[in-house]
Amino acid sequence: MFRTLLNLKRAGVVGINRRNADYILRYNERSLYPLVDDKLQTKRLAIAAGIAVPELYGVIEIEHDITNLPDIVSEHRDFVVKPAHGSGGNGIYVIIGRINDRYQHNNGSLLTEEELKYHISNILSGMYSLGGQPDQALIEYRVKFDSLFESISYRGVPDIRTIVFRGIPVASMVRLPTRMSDGKANLHQGAVGAGIDLATGCTTHAVWQNRPVEQHPDTGAPISGFEIPHWNKLLILASQCYELVGLGYLGVDVVLDRELGPLVLELNARPGLSIQIANGRGMQKRLEYIDRLAEIPASARERASLAQDLFVRV
Amino acid sequence: MRQLHLLLLVIVLCAIGLGLSAYKVTTLGLPLTSSEQAEVWNVEARISFRAKPDTSVKVSLPLPLNSTGYTIIAEDFVGANYGLAIEQDDSGRTALWAKRRAQGKQLLFYRAMIYEDVEKTSETGKPPLYPSVPDYPENFRPVIRDLLDKARQRSADTVSFTQQVIQQLNAASPAPELKLLMEHINNSLRLAKGINWILAGARIPSRIIQGLRLQDGKHYSELESWVQVYDGTQWRALNIKDGQEGLPANFVIWQVGDQKSLSVEGGSEMNLQFSVAKTLRELVDIAESRAALKGSRIMEFSLYSLPVESQNVYKILLMVPLGAFVVVLMRNLIGIKTFGTFMPVLIALALRETELLWGLILFCLIVGLGLLLRAYVDRLKLLLIPRLASVLTMVVLLMASTSVIMHKLGLEMGLSVALFPMVIMTMMIERMSLTWDEAGPAEAFKQGAGSLLVATIGYLVMNIDALQHLIFVFPELLLVVLAATLLFGRYSGYRLTELWRFQALAKR
Repeated sequence: MFRTLLNLKRAGVVGINRRNADYILRYNERSLYPLVDDKLQTKRLAIAAGIAVPELYGVIEIEHDITNLPDIVSEHRDFVVKPAHGSGGNGIYVIIGRINDRYQHNNGSLLTEEELKYHISNILSGMYSLGGQPDQALIEYRVKFDSLFESISYRGVPDIRTIVFRGIPVASMVRLPTRMSDGKANLHQGAVGAGIDLATGCTTHAVWQNRPVEQHPDTGAPISGFEIPHWNKLLILASQCYELVGLGYLGVDVVLDRELGPLVLELNARPGLSIQIANGRGMQKRLEYIDRLAEIPASARERASLAQDLFVRV
Repeated sequence: MRQLHLLLLVIVLCAIGLGLSAYKVTTLGLPLTSSEQAEVWNVEARISFRAKPDTSVKVSLPLPLNSTGYTIIAEDFVGANYGLAIEQDDSGRTALWAKRRAQGKQLLFYRAMIYEDVEKTSETGKPPLYPSVPDYPENFRPVIRDLLDKARQRSADTVSFTQQVIQQLNAASPAPELKLLMEHINNSLRLAKGINWILAGARIPSRIIQGLRLQDGKHYSELESWVQVYDGTQWRALNIKDGQEGLPANFVIWQVGDQKSLSVEGGSEMNLQFSVAKTLRELVDIAESRAALKGSRIMEFSLYSLPVESQNVYKILLMVPLGAFVVVLMRNLIGIKTFGTFMPVLIALALRETELLWGLILFCLIVGLGLLLRAYVDRLKLLLIPRLASVLTMVVLLMASTSVIMHKLGLEMGLSVALFPMVIMTMMIERMSLTWDEAGPAEAFKQGAGSLLVATIGYLVMNIDALQHLIFVFPELLLVVLAATLLFGRYSGYRLTELWRFQALAKR
């Protein structure tokens, strides 16, 4: 056990306590949390800053407005319903189409309008928000993910999580939904995480259920060596999010749309640490290096290339 | 900088907490363990007399001194319908009982609880004046002069001089010329007073002290008298029977001087009896009483000044920080997941009332049944708050029916289920079922078991008697707990479970 501890230290693995004490508490001002905890606010900020996000179709804020649902989605065959204050991908319903007046959930089930409205009502009552606060439901564009990912994801949108420290990307992974994760791109719900080499944009290792894996558990396709399209653009996009909300230690979730390219899905003020397992290496050394930097490049482009440089060097 | 600040704060908190406790232990004598008891002497003076009809009654009794080596920690006066006043003058205190009309046999009691002090303070005071030679009756003058001369020849200092006088007076076959003197003394003066009277002839300052030997179960009809002589620096006590110097260790001085004694006006057949008994009392009580006598503010503002009922509440409440500290250790050092941050502490508090095993069984029973009902309610698609309220209602009904059924089965432990915090149970059911839906039953059971594990450990820690006593008597120790908690607030090392979580990384 003691050897494991030493090895982890040597590998530069960041634990929860260190993440909280040394990075989140020091670099993330509490007053800025609402900007990322409320996806509606994040989205509005991003739109104002010219950062690409999935189009917002409508917001349902009060119980009474649920009756407007058919109007909001009437022009869209597919859409996503998500709580503005949700966390961990909970409460997100992806509707991929309609069959006989029923909504087709991406997990394969068909929902009546009544059931979808009940779900929205649950969102409004705060079922998925932290502390059960009353919440809002966002109805937005469903990302049509790049067909490149088809072989390595199961019903759902793979997303790319990047940890951005002081505006500089530190580590990145792509999260691939599985049957187990019910189409959600959340590692502890059973999604596969694959580390990405920041310099090349290629997937390296993959982890599933805290264990290294070579192939996607559902499709059987090999995961590593997979090149993420628009990689440089994506890194710059992630770096830009630092200015957007001002949080020093930030998790940026980006999805790749077939037509629109990288879109920022959401930001996270307390991103998880499994990204290290997916990358097969700790990020302590890079975090410490950036922590010591007196000056951070002002432009997102420079920061993104610095990140690629650091990934190889440190 | 931040680390230094924290470190200083921790040191200051520890210093205050430990320092105050040390002061309470060493100076006030508060015990570190709950079982410590000390011997306490109950001394009772019982006055009985027959009241004369149609006259008012006045009784005065000299009260014991807070003499060297002993402290009176409690006093009690008993006299039916008597008015009581306590007079204080240079020679000590006197209790005055008075009643306008009394009939028949009367009984008055004075009770004192006396505790032997750890540290013996020495008596200080002004040196006495040299007495003038009394005007002895004509026929005694030569005898006394002769006696004093003899004593002077055989002695070296005041004490040995006095011892000689006492020995001559107490001799088994006194010299013939002393016989008359002794008769005079026995008739009109008590022996101690007589010695006093004769010593004045040599201008030796002397006085009488009266007191009791503390022996369990003893009764005395009068106080024992000793003579004290002043040797120029201090008072030395001498036995009036054999001249031996030094008061016995268990001698408690009742009064100094012989000016006062029991007097009863308006009564006859008066009788005074002293009785001594030994009892054991909690050291805490004694320390409290003594601190109050010393005028120590610390004990005045201690938790013991609260009514007993509130004391019992605080006995439990003061343990909550320790439970919270257990949660800190379990979550930040070990990494066990629980439902809610302090829910385990609340469950632990409930377990205190129900006993561990039954508490856990009942808790699992209620939560399990609650989860089943919650799963059913889920199908009705209710809004959040009405759903919570209905689960709460069901939890209450479940608790009530569990109690009734178990009572019918003769399992009285079922009754204690009412002590579970039902809102906490409701929240636990709700969060567990949400976790079940979102992260699967495995995660829900993991967190549920984690909560119960932390609650159990918290219960075991909070239920250590020695710890309970320590925290209640020395609440400032919570500052030390606070300091430890603050230190953990900056702990940035790995959690135990992370060693397992990241083990794949450690292998590389």
